[in-house]
Amino acid sequence: MTTEPDSSADTAEPRGAASATVPPTDGPPTDGPPSGESPSASPNALTEPAGKGPTGKAPIGNAKVGTADVVFKNLTRAAGFALLALIVAIALFLVLKATHALDVNKGNFLTTKEWFPNDPTPKFGVGATLFGTVVTAAIAMILAVPIAVGIALFITVYAPRQLSSALGYVVDLLAAVPSVVYGLWGLIVLAPHMTGVQLWLNDYLGWIPLFDADSVGRSYFVAGVVLAIMILPIVAALSREVFLQVPIAHREAALALGATRWEMIRTAVLPYGRPGVISASMLGLGRAMGETIAVALVLPASFSISGHLLEPAGNTIAANVANGWGEANTVGRGALIASGLVLFIVTMLVNIAARAIVARRREFSGSSA
Amino acid sequence: MSTATVPEPAVAGEDRLNLRGRTLPRWTPLAVGAGSVVVSLLIYLLTPVDSEIQIVLMAALIFVIAMTASSISIEGSRRARDRFATTLVYTTFLLAVVPLIAIIASVVMKGWKRFHVASFYTHSMNGIGARDAGGGIYHAIIGTVEQVLLASVIAVPFGLLVAIYLVEYGRGRISRVISFFVDVLTGLPSIIAGLFVLAFWVLALDQGFSGFAGSLALVVLMIPTVVRSAEEMLKLVPNELREAGYALGVPKWRTILRVVVPTALPGIVTGVMLAVARVSGETAPVLLTVFGSNLINSDPFSGPQSSLPLYIYSQAGQPQQSAIDRAWSAALVLIVIVMVLNLIARLFAGRNRLK
Repeated sequence: MTTEPDSSADTAEPRGAASATVPPTDGPPTDGPPSGESPSASPNALTEPAGKGPTGKAPIGNAKVGTADVVFKNLTRAAGFALLALIVAIALFLVLKATHALDVNKGNFLTTKEWFPNDPTPKFGVGATLFGTVVTAAIAMILAVPIAVGIALFITVYAPRQLSSALGYVVDLLAAVPSVVYGLWGLIVLAPHMTGVQLWLNDYLGWIPLFDADSVGRSYFVAGVVLAIMILPIVAALSREVFLQVPIAHREAALALGATRWEMIRTAVLPYGRPGVISASMLGLGRAMGETIAVALVLPASFSISGHLLEPAGNTIAANVANGWGEANTVGRGALIASGLVLFIVTMLVNIAARAIVARRREFSGSSA
Repeated sequence: MSTATVPEPAVAGEDRLNLRGRTLPRWTPLAVGAGSVVVSLLIYLLTPVDSEIQIVLMAALIFVIAMTASSISIEGSRRARDRFATTLVYTTFLLAVVPLIAIIASVVMKGWKRFHVASFYTHSMNGIGARDAGGGIYHAIIGTVEQVLLASVIAVPFGLLVAIYLVEYGRGRISRVISFFVDVLTGLPSIIAGLFVLAFWVLALDQGFSGFAGSLALVVLMIPTVVRSAEEMLKLVPNELREAGYALGVPKWRTILRVVVPTALPGIVTGVMLAVARVSGETAPVLLTVFGSNLINSDPFSGPQSSLPLYIYSQAGQPQQSAIDRAWSAALVLIVIVMVLNLIARLFAGRNRLK
């Protein structure tokens, strides 16, 4: 009786260990987990007839244990597959609901600037809003990433120890502030205060076309600043965690060789943390591109492509969905879903690119961060 | 040749007496900082600069330049570079703190007006116009609590099962693919989750707008966070515990449920609380699926509901001051809720024995 569960546990464990240490056993058969399943079934099948001989009851107990194990394993695997199904469903239903609107569209969806999907002759395109998404996200990244790295360095390297853990908490808490609050603040507090800064930029840097403006107001620039402030704590919190992982031996080795603090950061902290900072920035970029409410509250929702970043104009894909969907008819909703599909694809490409960069950097730097 | 080398030992001797070279006195940053603030204030008074943001930026710029210049002239280029980095890091930190503190401060100050009024929590917006001073967030709190609870009930067990699969069972390509798509979901913009549920649940299945549709969208956003944090925690459980279970003849599934998961539980709870805190503040997916309502609707399965973020968004979009005041107060309530959830998560993280 006691030997039976033991043997079943034994057959389960070495199999797991073997397949973990020798990956090729899983490799050759094209479908991984199902092949892992069949060996687990076959030892049971072999031991069961052997167990049936001496005692009548043992195989039942054994079978029960085996069944529960198999049921649980399949339950977890079903959850895993359901997650894959979820991704497929997201793509599928977005495409499904977008096709009708795209069919009746009179304009080129990718290049048209206008957005009139609710007209009898719908004409709309994602051009202007995609431009707005990219521009605001780019401004946010340019402003936020260096400052976030600075914050992370301050907390991990410069700040006194007691202060640094407290600041870590604060940054984590700020990262959790809902985006609608940032939008509210950006609309009511920041936007009026930004007028002076924008006028100043226009006065002194107006010779650069980007900062040339006839009038300033709730512009791409203001939206970018709001987004930058919003993603700042997120990027900083993740970068801080990465910098904390830098082996203390690396830092001390650099200092022992006579490096100044900056040289220590440059030679020990930054190379080790680079993949983590990149992926943190990409997460921030994803947030900035997908941010809806903060941008919807700040930008005036006009459809134009203009390089004059300070002028009150612009819209982004996500903000357009939030603003436009209240009055949208069937085609209008389809058009919004189609633009969402574009956003989905863009963010997914960003994610994949980030993963590729991180994987390559990891190989080169030899770190495990 | 020999005459040329004569002065050098003298210089080297001087260096030896003062090993670290000439350094700026310790009070320099403070003095330069005060100086740059004074200078920028003078510029403010003398020239038509009308924005506080510019003064802060200007003071920071002057500070960095002055510190670096004095360091180059006294300490030499290598130490000046170090000084420059230090100054820059301190300055960026202070600069970044300003807006973040400003957000919290303005939410607290502007939100306080209604935050301490009991009727704000016991009334809905039924029959309240944007100009009226009354109105409350009762319906929005009901909506948020119900939607987030429903979302957690679905997302937490599901995410935990996926994490168990990835850590305990998954090997080979399938688990790598699942792991990759968890990452993709992590980067999924929240509005896409809303559009998906809109396309799938509201339009394709024609179920209409409801609190439950909102929770479905929140589920999509919660799953990756729950999976990732649970996965990290399960990986930290020492293998000895699993092997001890197997050695005692405990089947694998019982070992996982009775030994591995309880050991990792505090960490998993932390992850779940952080995920809950995040989705409580999500506006965009809720906007597309719950639709928003001024009335009290405590049935999440039928009819439009409201939610706190949605309430803030709709009130902030109105031009009337009393509506904007309501938005600030609701924002304060939302921030308090999110912060409390976060603090609870930290408490559990403190009890975590792994790591």
